[in-house]
Amino acid sequence: MGEAATGPTHTFSIRTTGRASHAALAAAAIILLTLALLPMFAGRTLIQDLIFLFYMLALAQCWNLLAGYAGLISVGQQAFVGLGGYLLFALTLIGGLNPLLAIPIAGAISALFALPTALIVFRLRGAYFAIGTWVVAEVYRLAFAQVKPLGGGTGTSLTPAVTSSVPGLDWVKTMLDVRTPAARDIISYWVALALVVGTLVAVYLILRSRRGLALGAIRDHETAAASLGVDIYRIKLVVYIATAAMTGMIGALIYLQKARISPDAAFSVLDWTAYVIFIVVIGGIGTMEGPVIGAIIFYLMQRYLADFGAWYLILLGTLGILIMLFAPRGLWGLILNWRDVTIFPIRRRLGRVKEANVTLD
Amino acid sequence: MTGWIDALIQGVLLGGLYALFAAGLSLMFGVMRLVNLAHGDLIVLAAFAILVVAGKLGLDPFVAVLLALPVLFVIGFALQYVLLNRTLGRDLLAPLLVTFGLSIIIQNGLLQLFSADSQRLRSGAIETASIPLGGGIAVGVVPLLTLLSAIAVIVLLNFIFYRTPIGRAFRATSDDLEVAQLMGVDIRRIFAVAMGIAFVVIAIAALYLGLRANFDPTIGPARLLYAFEAVIIGGLGSFWGTLAGGIVLGLAQTIGARIDPEWQILAGHLAFLVVLVIRPRGLFPRAQD
Repeated sequence: MGEAATGPTHTFSIRTTGRASHAALAAAAIILLTLALLPMFAGRTLIQDLIFLFYMLALAQCWNLLAGYAGLISVGQQAFVGLGGYLLFALTLIGGLNPLLAIPIAGAISALFALPTALIVFRLRGAYFAIGTWVVAEVYRLAFAQVKPLGGGTGTSLTPAVTSSVPGLDWVKTMLDVRTPAARDIISYWVALALVVGTLVAVYLILRSRRGLALGAIRDHETAAASLGVDIYRIKLVVYIATAAMTGMIGALIYLQKARISPDAAFSVLDWTAYVIFIVVIGGIGTMEGPVIGAIIFYLMQRYLADFGAWYLILLGTLGILIMLFAPRGLWGLILNWRDVTIFPIRRRLGRVKEANVTLD
Repeated sequence: MTGWIDALIQGVLLGGLYALFAAGLSLMFGVMRLVNLAHGDLIVLAAFAILVVAGKLGLDPFVAVLLALPVLFVIGFALQYVLLNRTLGRDLLAPLLVTFGLSIIIQNGLLQLFSADSQRLRSGAIETASIPLGGGIAVGVVPLLTLLSAIAVIVLLNFIFYRTPIGRAFRATSDDLEVAQLMGVDIRRIFAVAMGIAFVVIAIAALYLGLRANFDPTIGPARLLYAFEAVIIGGLGSFWGTLAGGIVLGLAQTIGARIDPEWQILAGHLAFLVVLVIRPRGLFPRAQD
């Protein structure tokens, strides 16, 4: 001990940002402004495609936070997509609520459902947790198939009274000189943009916070994190509930846009979990940049290859397996091997002042 | 009253089928700690394999399965040796996602080859044969054979595990992977043999799946969930526990269906969640993991 005290002292600093992240912030502002103004010149197809891209990216960020950071590998997130969608239908069709107001309420109620769900599935660990969440999603699906006012097993549609009660519809129609269906898409587009940006900001703030440091520690070594005093159970519970709320809101938006819901579609493991996992894995799990890359690749594949049906899905499965085996850190991991760049500054690097940085990732 | 007794008997027999689904999953977990998300799809794949062998050679499914068994053992061995062994020893994510990818590939491959039409294994009179028990209750021969096969499979698996050299290696790798390797156990080969045996169990499960009801390429995931629920209800690491878990699940489903036919599957899932709340380690736990 004495020797250490007389040894040279060093000044340490912790850095999170890199050169790319400053540039990225400026670029993000420009991109965001462009995207917000896009409906003024873009066609309806592009707007609909972007809505799809936005909600898949938002779902991917949620799943990445859950699986990539908190180590909660869920194959049952379709439970909250479907729950959010059904809550939107219940709140608007039965409750007579304004659809845009129904979205955050659906998120809040999803969080309420997530608490008891978590208390049960958290009894299963690791891989068993994964299948347990799937069982819960099936329970939700079968339970909603019993709700006759919402169409039971065959599902139901939003009435024109509900879809035309979206606020701002007339304003968009006169401002952009479009017809009602296009105006509805444009409002959904803005809501989707707001949700994806909101999700990115929320995940970013969580990861930058004290809790995010703990999450990174859990991701890297759960036992070591616990021994350093991280309350693993509590943090996982918080992340599970927070992602359920976000996923529920995204589900509500998806089904506001689709205007038709059925238990099999709303609780589809392929649409709301398998695709999402593919996005995260191919882009790079445990990073914020990965899902962004993955979502863009998935969107392009869906756009140009989805017509191949079963072959397309076989290709997705094969690609997922190959990436998992040979590049488990995904495409973003490959980029990191080549260049050390950071777009979302969430990694903390310990640097002795004026010396090479040590990455504490 | 007769209806309820009938429901109980049918529930126990249905449990035999779920125990067969679950035995393979239980074996994979027991030896290599692998949770196989493609398990249900592999059962469906094996059912199609039996269908093809029976159809092409004009054989009875009971004979066709005997021909399919060695082939499936080799496929299972190869799958583990070539693919799944690469995923073990790393984090949880790799085996889960690789088997999830496999599940999607098998489902869509089968769709491509056989279309979404329902299929069924045909075995003549035995399909509809039943044994009257008196009081208006009868037991189907195929369901009874299912339960007896499940018991036979479990007796055999226990024999392999506790009475043979390969079983000793299974137990050693299950207890402590590193020490087993130090003692000269070639875990890559041991895991591949275990998967081969699991595939044999899968083939037997597939035979009864196809004889008892229609199947199509999309029903795999639901079978995975039943198998998983049976394993967890019974408690990890015990084959007899898995049988008990299958029977509990079968009973829950038939009792649920007796109340309202639409509640059959939901009742099974709810029974699983109730067991999870009351006895999180299952009814007859053995493994410490």
